[in-house]
Amino acid sequence: MKSKKNYTGALVVGITGLCAAAVVALVIIVMANIASEGAPKLTWEFLTGAPTEGMTSGGIFPAIMGTFLLVVIMSIAGVPIGTITAIYLSEYASSKSVLARLIRFAVNTLAGVPAIVFGLFGLGFFVQFVGRGLDSLFTGDVELRWGQPNILWASLTMALLTLPVVIVSVEEAIRTVPRELREASLALGATKWQTIRKVVIPNSFTGILTGGILAVSRGAGEVAPILFTGAAYFLPHLPSALSDQFMELGYHVYIMATQSPDVEATRGIQYATTLVLLLLTFALNFSAIFLRYRIRKRSVA
Amino acid sequence: MTQNGLKIRTQSLSVFYGAKQAIKNVTLDIRVNDVTALIGPSGCGKSTYLRALNRMNDLIDNSRIEGKVMLDDVNIYDENVDVVELRKRVGMIFQKSNPFPKSIYDNVSYGPRINGTKNKSALDEIVERCLRHAALWDEVKDELHKSALALSGGQQQRLCIARALAVNPEVLLMDEPASALDPIATAKIEELIYQLKEYYTIVIVTHNMQQAARVSDLTAFFYLGQLIEYDETKKIFTMPKEKQTEEYITGRFG
Repeated sequence: MKSKKNYTGALVVGITGLCAAAVVALVIIVMANIASEGAPKLTWEFLTGAPTEGMTSGGIFPAIMGTFLLVVIMSIAGVPIGTITAIYLSEYASSKSVLARLIRFAVNTLAGVPAIVFGLFGLGFFVQFVGRGLDSLFTGDVELRWGQPNILWASLTMALLTLPVVIVSVEEAIRTVPRELREASLALGATKWQTIRKVVIPNSFTGILTGGILAVSRGAGEVAPILFTGAAYFLPHLPSALSDQFMELGYHVYIMATQSPDVEATRGIQYATTLVLLLLTFALNFSAIFLRYRIRKRSVA
Repeated sequence: MTQNGLKIRTQSLSVFYGAKQAIKNVTLDIRVNDVTALIGPSGCGKSTYLRALNRMNDLIDNSRIEGKVMLDDVNIYDENVDVVELRKRVGMIFQKSNPFPKSIYDNVSYGPRINGTKNKSALDEIVERCLRHAALWDEVKDELHKSALALSGGQQQRLCIARALAVNPEVLLMDEPASALDPIATAKIEELIYQLKEYYTIVIVTHNMQQAARVSDLTAFFYLGQLIEYDETKKIFTMPKEKQTEEYITGRFG
């Protein structure tokens, strides 16, 4: 009886340990493979040059810049809206109000919508409806300027996708602002809005920053939302207006893998691009974790 | 404005948190430029009463009041009373010192600034005057731009007093202002209260019997949400009328 128990115990330890080890091994294998294949190609010229010879050689600078511009415009659009929503939810809405519950339900639903659906929504709403609408308003449908995929529509679509991330992390940061500080401000005759502006927002600033970074890292890793809304197969130049298309790292990896004219020639580029994308998202995630850690430490102290 | 030297008159005040009644039908007059101490065991409603005087209870969900709180001649719970203006007139010092994580200067100038004072020299003057009134100026005058969080507990509490003074209140509500401080810092706060009553009407909640006896002119004893006895501090501590008061101040319960 006793020995049987021991066997079961050992078996459970073995299986759980094996599964855990498999996860770690998977990460190591993926990383090692990408790093070893991609690193040799990762030169200064690669990072700062444009693709050449039908994208079988050259660099990925337009894709890096495109990704950068995408997340910047996305943040400008998404972080304020997300922050304001979080402020409304945590400061103004009573937790039991129907409206607050509705907003929370919407945020949770938004977080669960597949990225490709956002892409289709962006195409249908921003490109076809808003863009075409603007075109017919200003040029009478003569010129197609906004009614086609571009970096603005792609960024706005991405902003929608990352909105729940921003809302949740800002709300969490706002909740760590001690009640005592709000009371101190209100007792000095500050209005609720003055208290939010002078006490709540400054004291949750790192949280807002974390929300922004997490949104950026999520956004930088998604391809589906920009597939139909602005990403370009190949552009040797950088976007110069909001109505321009752009290259993007994730999308670049995707087309290199599926639509390359010469698979063997592009393999190195593909690995190196993937490595750059991974390093970028890791760096963003780690800075978000670091900032969060600092907030947590403060709220405990 | 003030009637018969009375600053605040609470009339049949009851405060409810949801279904629970925290204050039961309290009628109490607070004299101008005197220190009124509120004493009683934990949960007796003295802090709730204090917070009713500048409507801080409004911030708590499900709180509700009945009765009146007359500040001078106006019921502060009247519909047309601006709660923001009320809180400028009735300042509050909290149990746990709560300076903003800003500089000493920015803490004291917070109130004047939100009221629209932008002039640098005017703010400088207010900061110095209030820090002097709070007996903190000499200790911090050379480091006004240092973080307030670097100050000791007692200094932080005096900073909070200076911050409250900066909006020119008429009444100061103090919710156990010295309960987290060591005896020396406590003595300084008590001395300060004694000096401040020349200009302000002070209401102080305290757990410390000796403190109530030392700093206050009048003492109100609360028990289970009711006002049991209210009289000159001397009388309360030497010959209380009620048996419960006597038992509490002699330490037989509480």
